[in-house]
Amino acid sequence: MQELGKAESNSTRIIRQDDKRVIIEKDLDTEYMVLSMGPQHPSTHGVLRLECITDGEVVVEAEPYLGYLHRCFEKYCENVDYPAIVPYTDRMDYLAGMNSELAYCITVEKLLDIEIPRRVEFIRVIVSELNRIASHLVAIGTYAIDLGAFTPFLFCFRDREHIMSLLEWISGARMLYNYIWIGGLAYDVPADFKKRVAEFIAYFKPKVVELYKLLTENEIFVKRTYDIGIMPADVAINYGWSGPMLRGSGVKWDLRRNDPYSIYPELDFDVPVPDGKFSVVGDCLSRHLVRALEIDESLKIISQCLDKMPEEPNFNSRAVIPKRIRPKAGEVYGRAENPRGELGYYIVSDGKSTKPVRCKARSSCFVNLSAMKDLSKGQLIPDLVAIIGSIDIVLGEVDR
Amino acid sequence: MEEAANQMSPAVRESKTAYDNIKERFGEAISEFDANPTMPFFEVLDASRWVDIALYMRDNSLLQFNYMACLSGVDYPDEGKVGIVCNLENIGKYTHKLAVKVKCQRDGGSIPSVSCVWHTANWHEREAYDMYGMVFEGHPDLRRILCPEDWTGFPLRKDYQVQETYHGIKVPY
Repeated sequence: MQELGKAESNSTRIIRQDDKRVIIEKDLDTEYMVLSMGPQHPSTHGVLRLECITDGEVVVEAEPYLGYLHRCFEKYCENVDYPAIVPYTDRMDYLAGMNSELAYCITVEKLLDIEIPRRVEFIRVIVSELNRIASHLVAIGTYAIDLGAFTPFLFCFRDREHIMSLLEWISGARMLYNYIWIGGLAYDVPADFKKRVAEFIAYFKPKVVELYKLLTENEIFVKRTYDIGIMPADVAINYGWSGPMLRGSGVKWDLRRNDPYSIYPELDFDVPVPDGKFSVVGDCLSRHLVRALEIDESLKIISQCLDKMPEEPNFNSRAVIPKRIRPKAGEVYGRAENPRGELGYYIVSDGKSTKPVRCKARSSCFVNLSAMKDLSKGQLIPDLVAIIGSIDIVLGEVDR
Repeated sequence: MEEAANQMSPAVRESKTAYDNIKERFGEAISEFDANPTMPFFEVLDASRWVDIALYMRDNSLLQFNYMACLSGVDYPDEGKVGIVCNLENIGKYTHKLAVKVKCQRDGGSIPSVSCVWHTANWHEREAYDMYGMVFEGHPDLRRILCPEDWTGFPLRKDYQVQETYHGIKVPY
């Protein structure tokens, strides 16, 4: 059944039924009900509250309320030195700590104007792509749970555990790494690192295919996500969407390609966008599809980096880290492609202090979530869950 | 002047070209171009024309700044002002980027809202209001977004003093 339109008073609905017959329902207007989803609702992925005004099972309006996890990131930044902010960035998007660190570090490095050793760049890309896979696995697994499929979640977390132990091995922490530092890395990678990552890729490649067959091509899953929550490309751009969300709407925009940083220009990878054959461009399934396909691209990037990474015995990963980080006066907006989209930092330095005057984090989930009000209009409540899941929010980053 | 233009990196030169276009149209309403290599920007001197400038930047076929990457509030205690910094760019056709600054008085100042031009500005402006307290004129839904609605003060102002208690809970610790 598909709803085609609604009269202004909401009392008339035009509906296309499954057998293509179009019927008009009149005098439907009943009493509106306020339904509060969250803050402890499992499908809101953390502490987000949605205040839905519903007409029967149809959502008339859904207003998100945030701030339950607000930890004053920006206020802290004004009170600590530049390197001391790195651990805080981990705690914003806790599922992709490496990517958050990378975005912050390249922003400060732009202001400092320092050259980074090539080996450091390769290690940074490898760890952040590993983290991107881990983050997408959580996104896909929890999305399946939202829609009632429990098994893919267990598959995803089993494979994610391998990445977590790899990253724990090099940094000492499972999720909050503090590994990428301004101007370098906390440590060089262990001796066997390349071998272990290559082993992981060999193990993981068939699992990606398995997961694709298990979930993405699953009929029930497709029925729950196909043609739900469509976002046209121009509206998505106007809403400032980025990352898999924007690519799900068919816009080929990836900061690794369009505003390249680190060593991404040397690497060969595709930017997957849905072609409209398997899904309707811009619907929930497209967004899921982009994430599923991006895992393959990340694996490609990691294998290339393993081949190209220069071997340097007794490499000191802290060699070019400045003793005291005090950037010249100026301001910078730097960004990187996070698993959830564009993570940007706007940093102002006065040239005198070792603390930033202003450090704003442009969170990708925050911006992606802001379209929720428009996306949810006229949807059924179960579809609302599918839409929130497809946005893939991490409330740590939304609230900062 | 020509020499200075030659020293600019290609990215800054692109921003300069876009800036020249806007300057030609709005003249005195906007400031000179700041050609720093990390974030080239200009300032809107006449804040009341900010929405016109924003619409022109979005809709002019040579500019097409259809994507607002970021909008951050900033405090300028020395000037007695608070302001916003918008990072704008185009997705699809051009590669130019440009940042725009708009400032207003610290106490009771207001900036026209551009949430009708870029939807993404809606929540960003709410956040800037929440943290700095400038009012966005014409904003459809100007409420606090991250702090609780009955919070007092604007936390990111440099002279912010945290309240002693909030609903009977001791705040500073």
